[in-house]
This record gives sequence, structure tokens and C-alpha cells, in this order.
Amino acid sequence: MMAPETERLPLSVARSYPARLSRRSLLKVGATAAGGLALAVALPSWSKAASKENDPALNAFVRIEPDGRVHLTIPSVEMGQGIYTSMSMLLAEELEVDLDAVTVEHAPPNDALYANPIPILRQQTTGASASIRGFWRPLRLAGAAARLMLVAAAAKQWNVAASTCSVKNGVVFDSSGAKSLPYRSLLRSAVTLKPPAPDQIKLKPPEQFKLIGRSPKRIEAADKVSGRTQFGIDVILPGLRVAAVAISPVAGGRPRNVNKAAALATKGVRQVVTTDEAVAVVADHMGAAKKGLASAAITWDDGPNASVDSKMLVEQLKRASEAPGAVARNEGHFEQAFSGAARRIEATYELPFLAHAAMEPMNCTVHVRKNSCEIWVGTQIPTVTQAAVAALLGIPQEAVIIHNQYIGGGFGRRLEPDGTLLAVQIGKQVDGPVKVIWSREEDIQHDIYRPYYYDRISAGLDAAGQPVAWHHRVCGSSIIARAVPALFKNGLDFDAVEGAAEPPYALPNILVDYVRAEPPGVTTGFWRGVGPAHNVFVVESFVDELAAAAGQDPVEYRRNLLGHNPRALAVLNLAAEKAGWGKPMPAGKGRGVAVQFAFGSYLSLVAEVAVDEKGTVKVERVVCAVDCGLPINPVMIDAQVQSGTIFGLTAALRGVITFKDGRVEQSNFDTYLPMRIEKAPRIETYIVPSAAEPGGLGEAATAIVAPAVTNAIFAATRRRIRRLPIEST
Amino acid sequence: MIATISRHLTGERMTYALKINGTRQTVDVDGDTPLLWVLRDVLKMTGTKFGCGMALCGACTVHIDGVATRSCITTVDSVGDSSVTTIEAIGGTALGRKVQEAWLDLDVVQCGYCQSGQIMSAVALLASTPRPTDAEIDDAMSGNVCRCGTYNRIRDAIKRAAKGKQP
Repeated sequence: MMAPETERLPLSVARSYPARLSRRSLLKVGATAAGGLALAVALPSWSKAASKENDPALNAFVRIEPDGRVHLTIPSVEMGQGIYTSMSMLLAEELEVDLDAVTVEHAPPNDALYANPIPILRQQTTGASASIRGFWRPLRLAGAAARLMLVAAAAKQWNVAASTCSVKNGVVFDSSGAKSLPYRSLLRSAVTLKPPAPDQIKLKPPEQFKLIGRSPKRIEAADKVSGRTQFGIDVILPGLRVAAVAISPVAGGRPRNVNKAAALATKGVRQVVTTDEAVAVVADHMGAAKKGLASAAITWDDGPNASVDSKMLVEQLKRASEAPGAVARNEGHFEQAFSGAARRIEATYELPFLAHAAMEPMNCTVHVRKNSCEIWVGTQIPTVTQAAVAALLGIPQEAVIIHNQYIGGGFGRRLEPDGTLLAVQIGKQVDGPVKVIWSREEDIQHDIYRPYYYDRISAGLDAAGQPVAWHHRVCGSSIIARAVPALFKNGLDFDAVEGAAEPPYALPNILVDYVRAEPPGVTTGFWRGVGPAHNVFVVESFVDELAAAAGQDPVEYRRNLLGHNPRALAVLNLAAEKAGWGKPMPAGKGRGVAVQFAFGSYLSLVAEVAVDEKGTVKVERVVCAVDCGLPINPVMIDAQVQSGTIFGLTAALRGVITFKDGRVEQSNFDTYLPMRIEKAPRIETYIVPSAAEPGGLGEAATAIVAPAVTNAIFAATRRRIRRLPIEST
Repeated sequence: MIATISRHLTGERMTYALKINGTRQTVDVDGDTPLLWVLRDVLKMTGTKFGCGMALCGACTVHIDGVATRSCITTVDSVGDSSVTTIEAIGGTALGRKVQEAWLDLDVVQCGYCQSGQIMSAVALLASTPRPTDAEIDDAMSGNVCRCGTYNRIRDAIKRAAKGKQP
């Protein structure tokens, strides 16, 4: 379904009307090369380039071509979350065209055009469950504006008032319905019109929705069930070679001995390439490349991190967590309230390093030429990658061309440019294009890992069991300080405390602080669910501990703390009702609950578990209530709840990365264990009807499922799990 | 074509004539080359995916004489005269088409990377077991990992393809 690469409209020649839209948006229109209508909604500029020109960035780029096709350049990348479909729906809804009239195109790197406007991103990044949150409004405005202009063009031709005309499926009708003109015949005229003033653009009221709130099929689904979708790993180019790669097993190590002659003697092997940290064997096909790599019998100089091991890393974190950290939130007087409390409860919680282990292993295709570089890769950060490659090669950023690709699972792994940079270091030694594919072992052992967290949490309860003091100290490495240093302020990593600093509950005398402690020899990065995936586990487990200490029902206890928070209370009540909360369960079984506000969405999840005599946990049922604001595509919401639940559950049950002698101990799916179909519980999703601003959902269920399950284990066994994964304790 | 000699030794060149999706394809690679890379890199049929290289994830599943087989550990010299069917051709069979339609009807795919293998395993299951129980679905599909967690829908889609109606 992907359109071939097409030339973008030269925006410098697009006509610009600085009309103010709500939220200071602007509309720009112009003609496409083929005589169609091009239209963009501009948001206030975040990028340096655009602010230099004092010209707001265009970030929703729509073209309607004379063949009637609507082309939407999608700023976000598709990695399973369904964004290509949902974004197309938002545009098509307001434009009044069928969804299958829309063709999507991967966006080239360009922050000025495609930055996600939400404040924590402000660049062309697919992450933070922010695609719908960032783009729902610009896309609807773009669709509505284009529709208004096309209607105006028809009205002009018929010499009638535009308000008397109507639109159906891309065809404008006059008031009698006798005259009609398809969009494609109105493009040339519409291009000459002035875009509507902001107060003329009224987004559709929900009762007129034809697409939003329904569940059309994914636009790329038919290709995906027939093997036709091109992922990054599937790129084929004339003269393409492939490369297998071995990276130093210890971070910071270097190749020592490489038997190049043996590798080159392998049939199909063309070249052996070394970089500072890796060896690559370039061949006609990956079978030859892997065989050549094995015969190269590489030995390594391990470097300074050869003695890193998990015990040492955890001990360091534990010590670091003893000292106060940067204050994320401090309201009331924690110390005073805590010391005066009727009861004091304290606990430590630990979460392990985790790999992403997306099904599509890391890969990148590069063609490095004398003064330029062309890259084919599925990336969540095209502009960051482009800049990093330009710096590596010492060429201008514009000389780095990136063709983004469908991603076979991102989960945050493709928020890092490391795989592309390694491919470029290899590719610059190769004449012609080369596709570098990591083995599964390289993928797991050279991931950028979810940090290990060592949290301390304490609360004071009054005589009735209500919390009167709350202190949560988060301790772990800072991803923000490494990856987005400009956003690391006063020692505080906002991501590390997300979900801790603002729990949904009314908690007086609350202190939340953050201690940054960097593990040597381990690089940490964003992992699906980000901050909330760690903090919601700690907070929701501890709230459950408080309920138990107070001798109260976990749902009832939470209700009492959510009186001020009607949307959180509503999802809690809905999940409890659908799960049959309170109905007796047989011995060895239990229900657990959790509540979360993250990524702009409210969730409550109830898990049912069975624990056998050996302590083996089976999750039998998951019920999730979701208030994500206006539901764009309910099937996609359900799919993301199921997906996030399985991803979070996989990690909660058995996910762990450990280090010994500087090396990652896990290597493939036999040691870093994915959930398989027989262990997957039934997952039920209930969506709260809402007209509120849409929230994000790609990561939400991943964050909430672990505490619901461990709380259920507590209900079944009175055993409280404070260290993940569950099966290690 | 009886007893086709699929290995031809000509000088130092060893070639293999493989029957893939009904077409004979000759490739010149070492005999221990995994079928997966022959399909993907030599024959440019990229619908079959690489996931683990150790038959742990099922992304590379193809049919060899109708049997779901992990192509990442199947050497090209072991294929012989057997018929290889890949995701590119499975829609050409009535059962394959039915499974693909069930996958679409129930919105199974997310990132989609594992789904070629999932569908190949599901078709092989239904070919031998037209009305699989949950336990039979678990057995047949347990070797296919999906990190997007589409398992609920995979199960429902297999049942739908089996029954031709809503599960």
C-alpha cells in the first residue's frame, strides 16, 4: 500500500497565509508538481531551523493529486501501533473521503515539517505514546481546511453559497443534489483560493463522525498477511551485499584477532571489515556472511568493563538509593507527618535491566558515497539519526538521505541511532550498498537496556489506615541525561519519575526524589512504558501494601483516594465491575488491581492469577478499563491494550538481563524468554466513551499490568513481590 | 519429474535446484546454507522472516511438503526434491486464503513481522487438524513468537478459519 517515493512539494514556493488558527496554527497551501492541491497545517515552530526563518513549521503534509488520491506523509513511523491507519482516519474524517482514498508515505527526516509538537518531544520522534496526542488536531484541521477550500471552489463554479453545498466521499454536491463535482476536478481552482480563516474551521461534532470511533481495517494489514510489506530488513537494492556483524561482547572492548583469510575463503564472502568495536563479514547472502564470521574466530580485548556483573551493579544502586536525590515533588511536610503517623510502612522495590527483543532484529542498509550517504532503516528518530550520521561522516545533514521503513517492533529500541552508526562505519569501507543485519544474539547482547531501578518507598498511615505521608525515592540511571541532555535539569530526570511524582491518588505530605546512578559498562534507554512501566509497579504495589496494612479491600481503598479524580475512579469502577471484583475465588487464586494515569490516558486493570503448590504463577484473565479520551479506533485500542499487556506481562513474569564478566548472560529466545501463545491470558478491554482530548495508548497497558499481577499473587498467597521478574523471587 | 537430480556438480560449483512455490529455482550456494537466506537473499523472496536463527521463534516458517518447517535451520542440501511453499504463495491455496482472510477479519496483525510465520504454522495446523482444540492450537503455535502479543487474536482467527464463523 506504500506509495513510491515522491518528490515533496517545494515548500518555499507554497503560498503562505499567516492566518491564525486556534493554538496558533497556520495553514499553507500550494500546487503539487502534478497539478494537485498541497496543504499543510503549521504549528508554532519548535525547531531551530524554522525559528531562524521566523516561519512556523509545517507538520501535517497532505497532497490531493489530480487522480483523486489523497497522499498523507506520516510523521510517525509504523511499528505495529496502527498509527498509519489512525492518522489516515483523522484526515479522511474531516476531508470527507473514504479511508481507502488515502495513500500513506513514510516521512523523510525533517523536524521543521514533521516534529511532534508535544513538549517532551518537539522533534520528529515516534515515542512516548505521543503520535495521536501530537497529531490528532493538525490532521483534522488539515482535512477540514482542504474540504472547505474544495467546497468553496465548487460553490464558486456553480455561483452558489458554499454553505448550501455538501460533500460525500470526495464529491461536492449542490443543494439540490443535481450537480456534483469530484475533488479531483476542483484542485486547480481550490489552489487559487485563500485558505479558510481559523474561525471558519469547525471540526466535526462526534455525531457526524463516519470514521472516528469506528474500526476500519489497518491500511497495511493485507500486505502484512501476505508477506508483501517491506520492513527495513527486506530492503533490496541493485548490487546489494549483506553483512553479518560481531560486536565486542563487553562494552568498550575491541577486536584483537580476526582470521580474515579464513572468512574470505568462505564461498560468497566478499570482504571483512573492522570498526573500533566490531567485525563485519560482507557477503552475497547472509548464510555466507554468518559462516564467514564464525570462521573468522574473533578474539577480543575486553577493555575496562570486563569485571562488570549484576551483583555489583545492584549493590551500587542500593548504596546510591540511601542518599537523598533531586526533588521531583515536595508538598506538605513528609518527615513531620511520617514521624507522627499511627503506622509507618517502608519497602524497597527492584526492577531488572530489560532488552527490547523486537521480532525484527536490528538492521540497517547503507550506501556511503563520497560526499553523501543514503540509509534505509526503520527508525523512531529519523532526524536525530540523520544528524548523528552527518557528524560521523563529516558531511552536511542534507547529504544524509534516510528512507524510513516499516518496523518489525520498536518498543523503544529504534529510538537510538547506534545500529545505523555501526552500519555506516561498516558501509564506508564497502563499495556499494550493504545491509547489516544483527544476529538475535547480537540484538539481545548489544541492546540499550531498560535501566535497573532500586526504589525506596515509605508511607505513614493514620489510625483509620489512610495515608498521611508518602515518600518515593527513585534510584537508577538517567536515560534523559544521556539521550536528551537538554531536558535533564537540576539532577532530575522527568522520565525516571513519571508515574511516581504524580500518582492519581490524593496523597498529602508527599515527597518524591530521584537519585541518578549510572551503571558502568551498561547503556540504558527507553523501553515500552518508559517511566511509568517502572513507577506504576512500585506505586501500585505499595498502595496495595497500604490497603493490606489498613485491612481494607484494595479497590475500596483506592476509591477512597480517588474522590478528586473522577476519570481515574470511573476506570477503576468499570474494571472492578467487569472483572467481578469481590466474587469469591477458590484457594490458590486471586485478583489484583491497579490504576494508572499516564500518556494522557486513564487505565485500570484487574488480573486473575492461579498459583500452584510450587509457586508457579498462571495469569488466567486480564480485564482492562480504558479512558483514553475520544476513542479514534476502538479495535486499535483493544489491540494496544492486548499488546501492551502481553509485553508487560512477559517482562514481569520472566524478563531479566544480567551481566557477568562484563557480558550479557542472555543471548536468544531460549534465555531471554518471550511469552508464547499457551501462556497468554484472555484480555478484555472496556473503553469509556469520552469526547475529551485523545490520550496515548501504545505503552499504557505495559506499565499497568505488572502490579495488577503481583497484587493478585498477594491476594492468592499473601506473598508480596517487590523484585521483578516474578519467577526469580 | 521423478528422481530429479537437484545437486549438480560442475567444476567447483555446487548448485541446488529447489522447487519453490511450484517453480524450479537453481541456486549456487554452499550446501549448509540455511534455506532462509536462500529465499531472502538469493531469490529475493523476503516474506519469510529472520528472527532468531535457532528455530526458537518461528518467524522463518515455510512448508516443506506441507509440513511447517523452520527455514533458518534447514540447510539447502537437505531440501532435495521436496516442495517448498512460502508466505508469498500460501494465498494461492484455499486454506491459505481462508487463514489470511480470518487474520484480516479479526485484525490480527500489528507490526506484522512474525505474521508470515504465524500464518504458515496456522495453515499447516488446519491442514492436518481441521477443527483444532485450544490445546492443539497451543501445540502447533507455541513455536511462533509474537512480541506484539497478538496471541488472543491469533487463537480466534485460527478458530474462525476452522469454523468459517465467529469464534
